[in-house]
Amino acid sequence: MARMRVRLTFPTALIQEPIVYRLVKDFDLVINIRRADVKADHGWMALELEGDEGALERGVKWLKDRGVQVDPIERDVIVP
Amino acid sequence: MEKLNGLRCRECGRHYPAAPVHVCEFCFGPLEVDYRYDALKGVVTRESIAAGPPSMWRYRDLLPIEGAAAVGHHVGFTPLIRAKNLADELGCREVWVKNDSVCHPSWSFKDRVVAVAVTKALEFGFDTVACASTGNLANSVAAHAAEGRLKSYIFIPADLEQGKIVATLVYSPTLVAVHGTYDEVNRLCSEIADKYRWAFVNVNFRPYYSEGSKSYGFEIIEQLGWQTPEHIIVPCAGGSLFTKIWKAIKELKTLGLVDGPVRTKMHAAQALGCGPIVTMIKNDTDVLVPVRPHTIAKSLAIGNPADGYYAYKAAKESGGAGEHATDEEIVEGMLLLARTEGIFTETAGGVTIAAAKKLIERGVIPRDESIVICVTGNGLKTPDALQDRLETHVKIKPSLSAFDRALADLKSQTS
Ligand SMILES: Cc1ncc(COP(=O)(O)O)c(C=O)c1O
Ligand SMILES: [Zn+2]
Repeated sequence: MARMRVRLTFPTALIQEPIVYRLVKDFDLVINIRRADVKADHGWMALELEGDEGALERGVKWLKDRGVQVDPIERDVIVP
Repeated sequence: MEKLNGLRCRECGRHYPAAPVHVCEFCFGPLEVDYRYDALKGVVTRESIAAGPPSMWRYRDLLPIEGAAAVGHHVGFTPLIRAKNLADELGCREVWVKNDSVCHPSWSFKDRVVAVAVTKALEFGFDTVACASTGNLANSVAAHAAEGRLKSYIFIPADLEQGKIVATLVYSPTLVAVHGTYDEVNRLCSEIADKYRWAFVNVNFRPYYSEGSKSYGFEIIEQLGWQTPEHIIVPCAGGSLFTKIWKAIKELKTLGLVDGPVRTKMHAAQALGCGPIVTMIKNDTDVLVPVRPHTIAKSLAIGNPADGYYAYKAAKESGGAGEHATDEEIVEGMLLLARTEGIFTETAGGVTIAAAKKLIERGVIPRDESIVICVTGNGLKTPDALQDRLETHVKIKPSLSAFDRALADLKSQTS
């Protein structure tokens, strides 16, 4: 089992989609939302993903392909 | 004197012992150092500060280290310059430049944060420090690690130009070039910070590291004779410096060290090509929309700033504003400061000068009020930003008559 702490940022178009549900159902991930702020036109969630390493990678890739921004919980780790 | 209560979550308020941790286990909020101001009051005085060394360590009691500074003994206490020529050019009465382009040892304000992080790493018994950086932070971590005889790992994206890494490589760190997209490198570094027992300065040491920025604010107030200026304009990347300058002013006020009320308005400066914090301020929303940076101000290119929300709050609380600068305006800002005050700053300084100018022209900053402009890095590190943007010189043959003619030409052009 692998764990990952991430911050997801949702663009307006995805606010109404059941993204978290799909992560659980299609990728068999355990999701623990710690903090979130979802408004009408924008939203973010700080959460922990837990699951098989391959499934985690696939889940993250699926999120990115959908247009969800996936960052580590620290956000930009590379400082210019 | 016990000055620290430990760490405290900025979101849910939970307390943690002072340890190398940065995220609240409950809500994933960022942790912040929690001081015992009641114990510090009356102990930290103007006199006790003045009796300290001419460096950031004169504020040691307000920084999260237990003992003496272990590295970076000469960091900080940089000049606060009364910029008369710049003030004339901007049509203002009182303009000051806080000049961290000459901060020791690596010529940017990052030396302040890194000196605290590395000292803290030694206090916690770490033997390795690390960071992921393409510029100022990398220079500073490598330099301070060398001084502290610590091992250092610096992660960079593999496509970074050679010229950018010389000022880091010279200190003999282990430089790891990672192939991958920016996002992949970012996530990898977060995972490395999680797995290895290293002091990753801006990750697991972030609560301590970021406190170092307060010294920049303390110095401004002390150098103004314990008065607060009416305006401070701060360049923002992650938003930490901005937030911590405001925190520094409030701490000095709490300790009774400031004359009169705090009257400072905090203004944020960012590039138009990477300005999510200024956008929040301009739109008056606490929603931060991440951006893909596209600007010559590379040192401010953070698209999803961790302290963006807190910077926005500080700007609001102080009554400040924000302004974006285009690449053209950034270059003009750099040239203006060089031409008027003889200071060569990097693009971040150009952003601040440009933003200040626009805020003054918009009437947001009245011309008869006191203004401090934050110059945080040195232009000699990245001269390429000005490549092809400067006028060429006069070319002549080695004869006096050729020079006479050229001089006459020049004079007729300017008359
Ligand atoms: C020269 C310079 N000025 C300002 C900043 C902004 O610092 P912060 O990330 O604390 O907003 C940086 C940091 O990246 C920098 O390198
Ligand atoms: Zn918390």
